Amino acid sequence: MSLEDYRQQPRVFAAFALPTLIWLLLFFIAPLAIIWLYSFGENISLVEIKTTWTFDNYARIFQPEILELLWRSLWIAGIATVVCLFIAYPIALVIATAHPNKKPWLLLLIMLPFWTNLLIRTYALLNILGTRGRLNDLLRWMWETSDALLNRIGLGHLELLGTSFTPLKMLGTPSGVIFGIVYVSLPFAILPIYSSLERLDKSFLEASLDLGAGQWKTFYHVLLPLTATGVVTAAIITFIPALGQFLTPDLLGRGQVDMIANVIERQFKRANDWPFGSALSLFLLYITFVLLAIRSFYDASKANRS
Amino acid sequence: MNRNPKKPFEYSRKWSMRFVFLITMVFLYAPILVLIVFSFNNSRRGGNVIWKGFTTKYYAKAFANEELMLAFANSMTIAVTSTIVSVFLGAMTAIFLWRFRFPFKPLAEGLVSLPIIIPEICMGVSLAMFFSQMGWWTTGNTPWPLNLSNIILAHITFSFPFAAMVIRTRLQNFNREMEEAAKDLGASEYRVFKDILLPHMKPGLIAAALLTFTLSLDDFVITFFTSGPNTVTFPVKIYSMVRFSITPEINAASTLLIVLTLILTFLALRYQRLTDAKHD
Repeated sequence: MSLEDYRQQPRVFAAFALPTLIWLLLFFIAPLAIIWLYSFGENISLVEIKTTWTFDNYARIFQPEILELLWRSLWIAGIATVVCLFIAYPIALVIATAHPNKKPWLLLLIMLPFWTNLLIRTYALLNILGTRGRLNDLLRWMWETSDALLNRIGLGHLELLGTSFTPLKMLGTPSGVIFGIVYVSLPFAILPIYSSLERLDKSFLEASLDLGAGQWKTFYHVLLPLTATGVVTAAIITFIPALGQFLTPDLLGRGQVDMIANVIERQFKRANDWPFGSALSLFLLYITFVLLAIRSFYDASKANRS
Repeated sequence: MNRNPKKPFEYSRKWSMRFVFLITMVFLYAPILVLIVFSFNNSRRGGNVIWKGFTTKYYAKAFANEELMLAFANSMTIAVTSTIVSVFLGAMTAIFLWRFRFPFKPLAEGLVSLPIIIPEICMGVSLAMFFSQMGWWTTGNTPWPLNLSNIILAHITFSFPFAAMVIRTRLQNFNREMEEAAKDLGASEYRVFKDILLPHMKPGLIAAALLTFTLSLDDFVITFFTSGPNTVTFPVKIYSMVRFSITPEINAASTLLIVLTLILTFLALRYQRLTDAKHD
């Protein structure tokens, strides 16, 4: 069905389109414009900023400590994304190949934690990841069991596992933050892979197996390339929010594993350096745009090839 | 002999894959279950790491905590208001993008999806600066619920594009011949909208309402930047409690929110099943 030209009913068109456009202009574009102006400004008093078109705030991004912060944010978000993809792919495969009656329930299982408040999910991890938390309880139990087992088979004197159990330090370390980000963003990664698997033509897999390729070979040379778009989408929509994560590094990093958002928050809430905070926020926004551009470039090149 | 040979695309029948799935479910659910269990922890002097026996006193404490209950009332007011406006605005957005051909359409589509994509912190910061610049900063004297207005405006801004997306998907399978038939039979533009398009959109509107309600309840970062000292929402209050000290009361409050989310999900599923049944 073809679309109507707006000139046929300009008044109906305006009635439906204007409220949205005005709303976005007022509460989305104008706020961004304000921080854009601030990012070229200087503090002249506590809450007053004068736009002097200085590039100082952007230059400050290239200070060693901010570069280190950016680098840390990138690799933490990067590792979390890769871990998410490694977990998400088999999960998506299980759901996509499950019995049609079970599929909605399996999807619900994945989505339910996702509907739960992000702050609450991050707070829940505090109890799990602490030095005396549940994860270390589990590890201690595993250590004690295997130690007892080694004693029983007469290898106790070798102290293969060390003399005592040392709890894993997760809170305040990058691994704790990565754990947290993987925990909160896993559903993001699963859904795009799942939908690309759903659209897949299964006869390709049958052909590959019939022609003598093994399961792994089929996975690597047939299944993975055919679902690459889903994997790329999953990577991007996991990585973008991960890079801008505020709560996970704030609660699980304990101020020792800051990411970009934590430093932005400090400029506005404590340091009162709005111009630099604005420049940093916009820098994060530009990184996001670059990532999205890479994605559409990938889509376009893929469309050209086929 | 294997009576039931595995076909190529039957990963869900492999035990190794089932095991991976199971482990992942434990990973996803164990922290939430531990949180709920520890809301009943009878710990006496702060801290909530070691199990000290069963009690429900922290639920009583949470309900008696006036600030927490006010924060809950604030969150509900914000969520309800933001949902109503977001669904309305989202529906209008969906309709004009679905129905019309106009210049710069890709630009308009990009603009509408931008609030979904941009990092939350950028939106939070920019809205905070906007409200302070406009003098929209609600003071302590503004009467409730007007003092929540900037949080509500912020929530609508990040929610309505999601609503528009859901409603537009629903509109995509609308049969426009129905509309033409009605017009041929003399129905006015308004009648067509009210009697044909709107009933078709209804499941989309309800799905959008549930989504925007959850988004509003879920948001912490943007609210954190747009709320003032007197306009604290439930998540923001929980955050300040976590910063102060960790007690089972926080777990109790969190459990209440989890239960609310479960109820909403249940309602959504029930509604979906009802509409599915009607279509069959």
